[in-house]
Amino acid sequence: MKKASFIAVATAATFMATAATAATLDDVKAKGFIQCGVTTGLAGFAAPNNEGQWVGFDVDFCRAMSAAIFGDPDKVKYTPTTAKERFTALQSGEIDVLARNTTWTFSRDVNLGFEFVGVNYYDGQGFMVKKALGVKSAKELDGARVCVQSGTTTELNLADYFTANGMKYDSVVFDTADEVREAYLKDTCDVYTTDASGLYAQRSVVADPSAHIILPEIISKEPLGPLVRHGDNEWGDIARWTLNAMIEAEELNITSSNVDTLKAETENPSIQRILGTSGDLGQQLRLDNDWAYNIVKLVGNYGESFARNLGEGTDLNIARGLNQQWNKGGILYAPPLR
Amino acid sequence: MTAEAADLEVAKLSKFRDPRYRAIFYQIVVIALFILFVAYVSHNTAVNLEKRGIASGFGFLSQPSGFGIGIVLLMDYSSQTSTHLDVLIIGIINTLAVSISGIFFATLIGFIFGVLRLSKNWVVNKIAAVYIEVVRNIPLLVQLMFWYFAVLSVLPLVGDSISIGDNFFINNRGMNFPAIIPSDGFWLIPVALLVAIVASVMISKWASKRQDLTGQIFPVFWTSLGLIIILPVIASFIMGGPFTISYPEFGRFSINGGWSLEPEFLALLLGLAIYTGAFIAEIVRSGINSVSHGQTEAAHSLGIRGSFTMRLVILPQALRVIVPPLTSQYPNLTKNSSLATAIGYADITAIFAGTSLNQTGQAIEVILITMVFYLSISLLISMFMNWYNKRIALVER
Repeated sequence: MKKASFIAVATAATFMATAATAATLDDVKAKGFIQCGVTTGLAGFAAPNNEGQWVGFDVDFCRAMSAAIFGDPDKVKYTPTTAKERFTALQSGEIDVLARNTTWTFSRDVNLGFEFVGVNYYDGQGFMVKKALGVKSAKELDGARVCVQSGTTTELNLADYFTANGMKYDSVVFDTADEVREAYLKDTCDVYTTDASGLYAQRSVVADPSAHIILPEIISKEPLGPLVRHGDNEWGDIARWTLNAMIEAEELNITSSNVDTLKAETENPSIQRILGTSGDLGQQLRLDNDWAYNIVKLVGNYGESFARNLGEGTDLNIARGLNQQWNKGGILYAPPLR
Repeated sequence: MTAEAADLEVAKLSKFRDPRYRAIFYQIVVIALFILFVAYVSHNTAVNLEKRGIASGFGFLSQPSGFGIGIVLLMDYSSQTSTHLDVLIIGIINTLAVSISGIFFATLIGFIFGVLRLSKNWVVNKIAAVYIEVVRNIPLLVQLMFWYFAVLSVLPLVGDSISIGDNFFINNRGMNFPAIIPSDGFWLIPVALLVAIVASVMISKWASKRQDLTGQIFPVFWTSLGLIIILPVIASFIMGGPFTISYPEFGRFSINGGWSLEPEFLALLLGLAIYTGAFIAEIVRSGINSVSHGQTEAAHSLGIRGSFTMRLVILPQALRVIVPPLTSQYPNLTKNSSLATAIGYADITAIFAGTSLNQTGQAIEVILITMVFYLSISLLISMFMNWYNKRIALVER
């Protein structure tokens, strides 16, 4: 699996014509679907449901792009990637967009040749331990064995945090989140560390969620967002404004249930612009002028997607927190669509 | 001028009609095409990497790594100051550690079960057969998962460790036992060990010479064993016990102090040794079978005892058949150790071709280094085994 994608990137870099690459949007339109990289399965973010369909918060982003481009949210094919494979998959052109709770960092943006199109979930790294250990704070973890997934910023933050606090730890590194959870549950290690959202997701699927606690310390900033290859700005714009349209729609109180009424009746120029009844935002993206209408109608706004996949009432039961709109105490702030 | 002479004249003129020159010409063309192809591929790679803004080169090796490694042997490692080069070295050490111990145990298991497979005792014979057939026909990755997740992780928790004596513990975090911490004057002990080993080799040479001359057998094995144990002990007494012993103690999360074998290492070692051991057992069995039964009968008729027959008559001849296929098993084991990444052992594939690659994004360079490493190790093993094979080969006089 891994070897295949290494070879993919090597061959891609080797044999790709040196002439200019075709625009991703044209490629996507020609093949009729978006190839979207997601996790190998993280409840709430991207995991197959009982009918085998991919659902989740990151999946909704892929569906929103598909709705914007094709007017149909289902023209997406999903490629499950591990944390280690995800970048090679995007670099080699195996996938068109990566929506896989990936932290936006300098080196990934600059050195790996990617373009992050925004943040769809503000997260931070946390620790989960078994209640029976009696640990109340991450500061008490000196000497613990920590299970962690390879190829993540998590590994780096973990080393930084323990060094900064003068503590020692043993790390045990696995390829997939499922292997990490398995090792943690089997007591091979004391602590499971990853982004807090991931901990909530993993806790929601264990046999007895109440036996595990997530420690209060959040040790890092983890702005998670979708990303595309560097160099195709038109494709990057579509991804960026798909995300912004979802956030803006929530701010303007446009939901999948009232979008039709609003489109017909509203006098609000911001809503008219985003829904395409005035202006030509869609055409500027080389899309249909209904692009944002389709996103909201077929997938929903940011808040609807959050509530459906992660919010209170779901198994994950995550509060909006930082991921609330800027005017409601959070830091979600979409640039104006005009 | 006759017609033949004219033909000869033409042949002399055109060098291309000379098969020798023609062969050289075609070889030059093929080599030129190959060089062009390599140049095209590397140029294209460089251009495409550059265009995508992916930095290339080996500069990343001197950058700080920034992540923790679970198993570090023989080196100091800190996530803040150590570099990706240190990660590479630790990866190599860890891979070699598990490969060398794996090769040792696989050979041991292989020879024992290969001989047992030929036993006339029905039960012993069948036990060996079942082991070989079961293990050879299950994928190694599945076996590693079995050892790690099904065997080692269901051992008791740290708090309820199985203890042997007061200082030896087995639990789901591996094995803990007392450690020897060297202090001043420790150097004499390894020196004594070295002297003992050299002395043993010399004694064995002297003994075989004496046996050739007089036919008397000298107990080489026991003498050597005695030397190897007694000399270091004497050395330690001379220096007044130049070491302290660190005993395992229960900490809050796990056992601290002493030496420990991590479950990842144990699982990988068990998996590799038992898997490769089954193949070696078959090789050993085929080698022994290849020695004609007449040899055994001849040895017995000369009054040579059973164990001596095996050691002095059968095995030396069987080795000539055993060693060549064994040569391919050892590199196989080394290469299979890269499956470590599935059970969290920090070998070169897991930490260098895994984490370092991902943190730096230098896929081509990292994979290149990793491939060169595995290639060199496999070739070194093959060279050694070929040398050994020549040494034991039948010398025709």
